[in-house]
Amino acid sequence: MSDVLAITEHRQGELRDVSSELVTVGSELAAQQGGELHLGIIGGDVDAFAEELSLEGVETIHTVDHGDEFNHDVYTQATAQLFGDIDPTTLLLPNSVNGLDYAPAVASELDIPLVTDAIAISRDDGLEVTREMYGSKVETTVAVDAEVAAVSVRPAEWEPTEAAGDPAIESFDADIDEDAVKSTVTGFEEVAGGDVDISEANFLISIGRGIEEEDNLPLIEDLVEATDATLSSSRPIVDNGWLPKNRQVGQSGKVVTPDVYLAIGISGAVQHVAGMKGSDTIVAINTDPNAPIMDLADYAIVDDLFDVVPALIEALE
Amino acid sequence: MKILVTVKEVAEAEDDFDIDGLDIDERYLEFDLNEWDEYAIEEAVQIKEDGDDVEVVSVTIGPERAEETIRMGLAKGVDRAIRVWDDAFADVGMLDPKTKADVLSAVVEDEQPDLVLTGVQAGDDSFGATGVTLAETIDFEWGAVVNALDLDAGAGVASVHRELEGGIEELTDIELPAVLTIQTGINEPRYASLRGIRQAQSKPLDLHELDDLGLEESDLESPLSRTAMYEPESEGDATVFEGSAEETATELASLLRDVGVVEG
Ligand SMILES: Cc1cc2nc3c(=O)[nH]c(=O)nc-3n(C[C@H](O)[C@H](O)[C@H](O)COP(=O)(O)OP(=O)(O)OC[C@H]3O[C@@H](n4cnc5c(N)ncnc54)[C@H](O)[C@@H]3O)c2cc1C
Ligand SMILES: Nc1ncnc2c1ncn2[C@@H]1O[C@H](COP(=O)(O)O)[C@@H](O)[C@H]1O
Repeated sequence: MSDVLAITEHRQGELRDVSSELVTVGSELAAQQGGELHLGIIGGDVDAFAEELSLEGVETIHTVDHGDEFNHDVYTQATAQLFGDIDPTTLLLPNSVNGLDYAPAVASELDIPLVTDAIAISRDDGLEVTREMYGSKVETTVAVDAEVAAVSVRPAEWEPTEAAGDPAIESFDADIDEDAVKSTVTGFEEVAGGDVDISEANFLISIGRGIEEEDNLPLIEDLVEATDATLSSSRPIVDNGWLPKNRQVGQSGKVVTPDVYLAIGISGAVQHVAGMKGSDTIVAINTDPNAPIMDLADYAIVDDLFDVVPALIEALE
Repeated sequence: MKILVTVKEVAEAEDDFDIDGLDIDERYLEFDLNEWDEYAIEEAVQIKEDGDDVEVVSVTIGPERAEETIRMGLAKGVDRAIRVWDDAFADVGMLDPKTKADVLSAVVEDEQPDLVLTGVQAGDDSFGATGVTLAETIDFEWGAVVNALDLDAGAGVASVHRELEGGIEELTDIELPAVLTIQTGINEPRYASLRGIRQAQSKPLDLHELDDLGLEESDLESPLSRTAMYEPESEGDATVFEGSAEETATELASLLRDVGVVEG
């Protein structure tokens, strides 16, 4: 038919935000398609999750009571079976890290096209998906020439649905082939601990790949000292081992909301922005006027950090 | 043991660029080894150095230009490289993950690797899907966004950490053969040594065309097509400080004082 099936996400007993965002994009799309929105919940405390996700715009919630945590083999099988049962036109999945781990497998198994990391979706004649390229410097539209398709949806791009609704809740008896489950989650580990908690700081000076070499870091440390700020960074700085993991801002690091976030030589990749877009005042120093961080900044200096930072230290003294 | 590493030559846009039709005008693109694949190569080469009898083969779908990038992999310790290309690729509207996985699966068929390492994503089109699509296509197990890998080839298990959001890692045991998509930071990629660069010149780099892989032009058809590319409308209303570094720095200093995050 013309329905939408969206698969929700949870971790360690809690629904993840992207689940109620999928309700928003899913119900918009279902309306455009003249169909209904179905939600799939796989594993965990499915009844509690279903209650929490009884939101406006959801027609039916299908619960698959199998396992506690995400396992890509189980999710792939359960999603494919739900898809077969509901027969939707569009399958929506989260473009989260776990989404990266099963969305392509589901699409491949169902032999339907997959468009990843959507930031807008519409259906007119056919399905059209907007996505970014070249480190968010450009947007593209992708047309899907197929009856049915899967789309993975960028987290935090749509507002979550909060209004309550009254969907039917049905238990779906997925037939999981345990022999085909060839991966086992053995635990979780929290990294990025330590003495500094950048999420507590009210003034963060954050450094990115624009710093070029580890030997240039003392320049930034001088600025940090002159301002009594806290030092944080984008991912490559941590990947290179120049700063410890607990300094990393972003999707896989920390989410920060300081009064001032000063981004120096950081392009503003989506996974970085996920960690700092809630800052009160964002200032960017970058040689590239087209860097995506410029779209987010309240104040910007388009210039070489090696000129601006020494001048800034001087101006502060 | 044989490890196949998928390696993409990615395009990076210069600061100022123009869009010509459906892509950035090639004059404003620079080509380089995909950042994530650099870590995948390093991981494979480290496994080779730690073990006996491990061969590392790289595969790239790309035009002749990509050979420079492929040689970089060879210089860093890849033993042998395969480049897949055919005139037919030049006409393909969109080389999406499923199409790439179909092509790569033909290479897997030929090479019979025990382990395939890909990057989490390509820096240019960032589908983040080729590795897992390939795994499903060739019926290998898989793991995505791997930032630690401990291989027990004897037991046929890869114990990995998958980097989730918010500083949480998932510990997972994955049965071999498997495809792992490698995250940056998993290791410290080496620089190619002069000796490595010299040796790379004489290492095998074979071209496979569609025919050689038992594929046809129709295998490259995709239901997906790019219909537009444009610069996003700036949502920002940033106040841009103008002037010399001294001038902009002075303005920034007074902003920081006004907001109250620095004293004075
Ligand atoms: C699953 C996943 C999770 C991720 N998690 C995170 C995360 O948590 N945090 C994170 O940060 N990234 C994360 N990333 C990586 C992210 O995609 C980017 O690769 C990264 O954020 C880029 O960091 P950067 O901005 O420092 O570097 P680049 O993108 O290389 O940008 C460097 C910037 O410096 C500017 N510059 C260069 N020289 C100068 C100069 N002299 N003066 C001023 N400016 C200069 C350039 O114009 C450019 O804009 C993740 C990626 C994936 C796939
Ligand atoms: N043209 C290509 N040739 C070889 N490998 C590729 C190619 N495109 C993508 N890959 C591999 O797939 C990974 C993910 O790419 P993508 O799914 O396009 O974001 C990359 O890091 C590469 O390892």
